[in-house]
Amino acid sequence: MTDQTQNPSVAAKPARATKTAAPSRGIFGLNAKDTTLLIIVAILTMLAPFILNPFPEGSDLAQFNAGYPDLMQRFVIFGIFAIGFNILFGLTGYLSFGHAAFLGVGSYAAIWMMKLLTLNVIPAIIMSIVFAGLFALFVGFISLRRSGIYFSILTLAFAQMSYALAYSVLTPITGGETGLQLKSTDSPLLSNLAPGEIGRANLFGIDMRTSYELAVGDWLFTFNAGYYIAALVMLIGFYVSIRIFRSPFGMMLRAVKSNQQRMNYTGLNSKPYTLAAFVISGMYAGLAGGLMVAMDTQVGPERMFWTASGEVVLMAILGGVGTLIGPVLGAGLIKYMENIISKINSTILHDWFAFLPDGLEDAVVFILYPFIGKGWHLTLGIVFMLVVIFLPGGLVEGGQRIARLFRRKKSDDAAKTPAE
Amino acid sequence: MTKSNFTRRGVMKTGAAAGAALATPTIFTGAVWAGAHTGFTNAPQGDTVTLGFNVPQTGPYADEGADELRAYELAVEHLNGGGDGGMINTFSSKTLDGTGINGKRVEYVTGDTQTKSDAARASARSMIEKDGAIMITGGSSSGVAVAVQALCQEAGVIFMAGLTHSNDTTGKDRKANGFRHFFNSYMSGAALAPVLANAYGTDRKAYHLTADYNWGYTTEEAITQATEAMGWETVNAVKTPLTQTDFSSYIAPVLQTDADVLVLNHYGGNMVNSLTNAVQFGLRDRMVNGKNFEIVVPLYSRLMARGAGANVKGIFGSTNWHWSLQDEGSQAFTRSFGTKYGFPPSQAAHTCYVQTLLYADAVNRAGSFNPCAVAEALEDFEFDGLGNGPTLYRGADHQCFKDVLVVRGKENPTSEFDLLEVVEITPVDQVTYAPDHPQMGGAEATLGECNPGA
Repeated sequence: MTDQTQNPSVAAKPARATKTAAPSRGIFGLNAKDTTLLIIVAILTMLAPFILNPFPEGSDLAQFNAGYPDLMQRFVIFGIFAIGFNILFGLTGYLSFGHAAFLGVGSYAAIWMMKLLTLNVIPAIIMSIVFAGLFALFVGFISLRRSGIYFSILTLAFAQMSYALAYSVLTPITGGETGLQLKSTDSPLLSNLAPGEIGRANLFGIDMRTSYELAVGDWLFTFNAGYYIAALVMLIGFYVSIRIFRSPFGMMLRAVKSNQQRMNYTGLNSKPYTLAAFVISGMYAGLAGGLMVAMDTQVGPERMFWTASGEVVLMAILGGVGTLIGPVLGAGLIKYMENIISKINSTILHDWFAFLPDGLEDAVVFILYPFIGKGWHLTLGIVFMLVVIFLPGGLVEGGQRIARLFRRKKSDDAAKTPAE
Repeated sequence: MTKSNFTRRGVMKTGAAAGAALATPTIFTGAVWAGAHTGFTNAPQGDTVTLGFNVPQTGPYADEGADELRAYELAVEHLNGGGDGGMINTFSSKTLDGTGINGKRVEYVTGDTQTKSDAARASARSMIEKDGAIMITGGSSSGVAVAVQALCQEAGVIFMAGLTHSNDTTGKDRKANGFRHFFNSYMSGAALAPVLANAYGTDRKAYHLTADYNWGYTTEEAITQATEAMGWETVNAVKTPLTQTDFSSYIAPVLQTDADVLVLNHYGGNMVNSLTNAVQFGLRDRMVNGKNFEIVVPLYSRLMARGAGANVKGIFGSTNWHWSLQDEGSQAFTRSFGTKYGFPPSQAAHTCYVQTLLYADAVNRAGSFNPCAVAEALEDFEFDGLGNGPTLYRGADHQCFKDVLVVRGKENPTSEFDLLEVVEITPVDQVTYAPDHPQMGGAEATLGECNPGA
């Protein structure tokens, strides 16, 4: 029964061992292909400071370096957010347009833990997951009574309500527009701060901001404690998401996506499954929110604004909905655009094209100018359109096509050889 | 069927090897790290220094952000000896000589705050972590200013606030590494109240519409207290959602009360819409208690005046600076800005330009880029010639104290930039308050310790 309900985009990755062939489980209870994927992701995240800083300091191209702590942290944190969103959207097909609310609830929970209890990030992160999970349970219980567009609108409404509450009505708790930060007047119960000292988020004494810089020739690589902690959490999150994708529970969620009505007619109540998926996905969002606070101890209500909810939808679609790695790639691409492209200004453009004759230089700058700096939204929009039109499966499909291209060549060669 | 090669042993072996490989390069780092350390974050190396201009380039305040960026570019040009020198020539401190800051040529990086505190902090962090910015400046809203100021405090760089009017920036959220040149809600109230009492009498009944967020609250509080001290009565204060575009439903109830003044604690697009609605409702032709109904807008900006068009005629408000001021500094700045861009600067541009010069001068006087030395140079610094008359950078809360302009929408504007006329320049004594004023966070508000970072 479940065979028919396999989603085509997932079927393209026939990683799941069939019932007949006893699955050969490697370490972590994953099959070979998933293990490879997990290890590749692990290597990429661990070596990110090198990979993201390919250009030497001081060169013109250094502008494109992304290997500084803040952006690396954002990559993995939004990666977590997108992974969680994908568990709901990719598996059940329920498009939540209010996921940023859980991110925000998680963030507020985390910062209050740090203000009141301890500056250690672990209780903060745990509380952010718990609160986001509870809130997701409440929102999901109501919203999941409807499906399709009505579900999307309900979640959007909840998120906008949360935003409005945080922005004004709940100002005593949320700090309103200015948000919450750690202050010198905070005295967490379990942390011994000198009077007037502003606390810093730490993990058993390791300051999240501690960075370790490595200069090799002209290159400068930064290894940041916070990044590695966040990356480790993302790897765990990624692993859990693989397990969910490959579990009977995941199969049930795919069944919901393919035909919920038929499922209901067979006597199965799908609500507990969708609700569970919603809550899990909300907890991921809460985890991301908690980590954001752990890395940068500040929360503002815009984190819950509907554009933030839309952003995670974009991330999932851009990377590849329903694929394991896609949302992480999408999150990376969007954050890269936001932080790197938006910082290019006309002076930098002029520097780059200074080798051209004056008139031509101005012309080139004039053409490129709308796409950089404040035009980063435009660039992102174009990339998004191109991806949706030419690669409906997202960046993952792009990768698959390239891989197929190589494989076909190889098999062509193989086919030819005997003929000769 | 694929055969799995991943055994526990194999993975552990590879892991150990990879770990060892990762660990090796650390041997080389000690010396490099020590070399980069000079006691504070991002100590400038070589013959240039990098400033970070963090302004809203997208979102509701993008216009103001663009004007701020223009001002920063002009300031950098003047600091590096280009252009006509602008206000450097009229500035009372004479350490700026066109050779950059402390002999280092000024370079800058720009970023987009999107008027969101998260995005603003991300942008500021990238400037500090990636580009090595020694000072961050900019912003066009108090939420962003407070968020970025806290970040700079943690990171150990100086923050020179751009346009931020909420009391909190140098009130309850003040920080040792943060400085504000712009005026605030309290000053608006203190400057406006006497003018309003003069023009409209002391027995008025005011009705407030307040944007439902932090800046709105502090402004409402400031105006209410200042006008009540003059004898006015506050009939009602209603919060309006920030995203509201049609204020009819908030203005209709005003007609049911015996209020004869409407105070719009709104900024930007909010103010444009609420004022337009109020005028459309005929409030300005209304007579209550035998007095003409009046409207007041505590914080004016040129962009708002332009948006509201003819509706601003005759309406009182306050502003930090206006290009039509006749003092030498304002003239010099308006001239060089106009020459470069073809139109007069806004108050946002002015405060950003001034903040950059003040920072540069403080570094020169301190002889060091160390944030603590710079902060010390700025604290209780008295200067003149930057467009606002004699000004004090108070050390207790890092707020500038200077004259405040009370303006009125011009009856017969000559151009789209000439919409406001200065009615009165409220002297600084009248808008000065104690650092522990209740509106400013009371006795609990403290700057904390200066943080030089690294």
